[in-house]
Amino acid sequence: MNRELMKGNEAIAEAAIKCGCRYFFGYPITPQNEIPEYMSLRMPQVGGAFVQAESEVAAINMVYGAAGCGARVITSSSGPGMSLKMEGISYIAGAELPCVIVNIMRAGPGLGGIQPSQSDYFQTVKGGGHGDYNTPVLAPSNLQEAVDFTQLAFDIAEKYRTPVIILGDGLLGQMMEPVVIEEKKPLDIDRSWASTGWDGKSRKPARINSLNLNTEDLDAHNAKLQAKYKTIKENEVRYKEYKTEDAEILVVAYGTSGRISYSAVDEAREAGVKVGVFCPLTLWPFPEKQLFEAAKGKKAVVVVEMSAGQMLEDVKLNVPHDVPVHFFGKPGGSVPSSEAIAAEIKRIKEVC
Amino acid sequence: MKMVLSGFGGQGMLLAGQLLAYAGMLEGLNVTWLPSYGPEMRGGSANCSVIISKEMVGSPTIPTPDVVVAMNQPSFDSFINKVKPGGLFIYNKTLVTTVTTRDDITMIALDATQIAADLDNLRVANMVSLGTLIKHTGIVKPESVLKALAIKFGEDKKHLLEINEKAIAKGAEVA
Amino acid sequence: MQPVFRKSEMLVDKPFHYCPGCTHGITHRLVAEVLEELGVGTSSVGVAPVGCSVLAYEYFNCDMHEAAHGRAPAVATGIKRVLPDNVVWTYQGDGDLASIGTAEIVHAAARGENITTIFINNAIYGMTGGQMAPTTLEGQKASTSPLGRDLSVAGYPLKVSEMLSQLDGPAYIERVSMHDVKHIRAAKKAIKKAFEYQTQKKGFTMIEILSTCPTGWKVTPPAAMKWLEDNMLPYYPLGVYKDIDGGAK
Repeated sequence: MNRELMKGNEAIAEAAIKCGCRYFFGYPITPQNEIPEYMSLRMPQVGGAFVQAESEVAAINMVYGAAGCGARVITSSSGPGMSLKMEGISYIAGAELPCVIVNIMRAGPGLGGIQPSQSDYFQTVKGGGHGDYNTPVLAPSNLQEAVDFTQLAFDIAEKYRTPVIILGDGLLGQMMEPVVIEEKKPLDIDRSWASTGWDGKSRKPARINSLNLNTEDLDAHNAKLQAKYKTIKENEVRYKEYKTEDAEILVVAYGTSGRISYSAVDEAREAGVKVGVFCPLTLWPFPEKQLFEAAKGKKAVVVVEMSAGQMLEDVKLNVPHDVPVHFFGKPGGSVPSSEAIAAEIKRIKEVC
Repeated sequence: MKMVLSGFGGQGMLLAGQLLAYAGMLEGLNVTWLPSYGPEMRGGSANCSVIISKEMVGSPTIPTPDVVVAMNQPSFDSFINKVKPGGLFIYNKTLVTTVTTRDDITMIALDATQIAADLDNLRVANMVSLGTLIKHTGIVKPESVLKALAIKFGEDKKHLLEINEKAIAKGAEVA
Repeated sequence: MQPVFRKSEMLVDKPFHYCPGCTHGITHRLVAEVLEELGVGTSSVGVAPVGCSVLAYEYFNCDMHEAAHGRAPAVATGIKRVLPDNVVWTYQGDGDLASIGTAEIVHAAARGENITTIFINNAIYGMTGGQMAPTTLEGQKASTSPLGRDLSVAGYPLKVSEMLSQLDGPAYIERVSMHDVKHIRAAKKAIKKAFEYQTQKKGFTMIEILSTCPTGWKVTPPAAMKWLEDNMLPYYPLGVYKDIDGGAK
């Protein structure tokens, strides 16, 4: 297969098209603009549709409409736009519709800035919208993963009938790296729930809906959702490890800070520190048991994030209680250098 | 090898960096290209970080580059003190008037804009500097860059290939 | 024996939940009859709003989506892009369409989105208990305008048909009323025309339907009909506001 040098945003867009996604609804916001730009050119070429919506609110509701028709549909945004989309994401989760949502994170809060950040972890992983729901969250740390996870996201979305979020950041969106994007066929699964125009006989008329005024029915619906989330937690956890076999210190980082930590680990090892990286690839479901095992017996865990410490909370919940957890990171759009992370690893080595 | 290519927005340094990364990919190497991005478009400063390596590339950011190409004064000022000792610093002497020197790095004063002007196309100054960079680093073969150029330009800009190739060759002649 | 009247097959066999004297029921029936008469009934896809007609998705014999508050035109846009050959329609109240969903309706109309919107204007929020709507008239009492709508505080009621008719995207916009039989018959004609335009892929169509809310207005059903005629008709004049085939006033 040919490797192509692509920007992360464009690679995500092409990966979606190559696995049968034919609908994009979105609104411009930096640093994800290459996704709608790319889609606006490509969708008509492949017989799909691109609509630049009047807002992120409208965009996610267009996604709700298209997803309700059983179509492969995607939208993308960044922090402020994601906040607006949360209403729709809650409805999509409630109505159990499959779709893929890409968040190329920028620093907040508020309008914040346009530089890369990982400060939407809470919003993305802990729900974001109203009600008891979760969305599977895939966090690529390089562009091949961005491609593979985009295609995987559609499969997970359709298999479980749930919105799936790709959580990237401005650095992953803007950088270029070689990628291989393969054609992938959509799953051969039951879509008889979808609204496709009723023929009046072969099925019941479709009801794409998240309203349930009867408490018993809504209880039952929530129980069904929770059972589904339990299955996802059992089946869809993904993570990777780097040089952890002999490590005394374990760095836990995802996405951009994950890949930079790989370099930091190499640099710290040159200085004689035995250190490795545990990199969650799914943030929900979080690799709870796997992290617990990986952290067992370590002298220290260091969480590296481009935030004030959000995944940190999940790490603290899932490492043995006798392993100290340190935090290195900051909010505001700064990308930590591998040198700075390596220096922190060396400092922690001294104190533990 | 970690390289930063920097200049005014519109000088084409992001494109030069992309071609470099593309050439590395064509040679089967691991590459990353990372632009500075922000509200500056034409006229502001723009730079990109290019890493070409046999090893997996972790961090795509480059706090201390091995190689810098600085096409204007602000780029010169930003990066002159960041280059690693033993590194290479190529600057566009046509536009960089205030020069501070370092004796622990190799500095090449390249008359990039003037060479481009001599070729009757000011826009190829970026390619002149790219020619100098690949000549002095040997990071990728010139053929790979030309191949990347042809792919990147495609049919639409095929007519521009010749002048760009000439500019790369001119840059490579500079010692 | 020949039946002289039957319920439209486009309506499921389920009693409406609407209050006595509310005209949602009649409007549902008109929409169902028109869709059936045009032969697009079950294959059409409807979008229900948030408001009194939130449960509309339970009454129509076709695929239905229930949208978030105000977002029906966006949801319908998503549906229409996937199913361009099916009739797609939204059914929205005034709080839904003219307040929280103004951006969505304006842009669906401006895009000339080939959908039909049935817009129920009853000058009040019914579902939530009679609060002031964007269409509540000057001086009209509502639970959030207890002394009557004060223009200096709440501003002016929205004239949606007039607004949207200024856009180039819409193909047909008409305001009709439910206050008597004659006008109900005219409303059905208007609804039919809108759906016909959609089947001819002419663009966005909307029928604004002046409707009653005896519960919210705190009057009897007959008094509600009279109140509509006396108070709403002068502020919201009936008629065709946009017709790309000519015929607008």
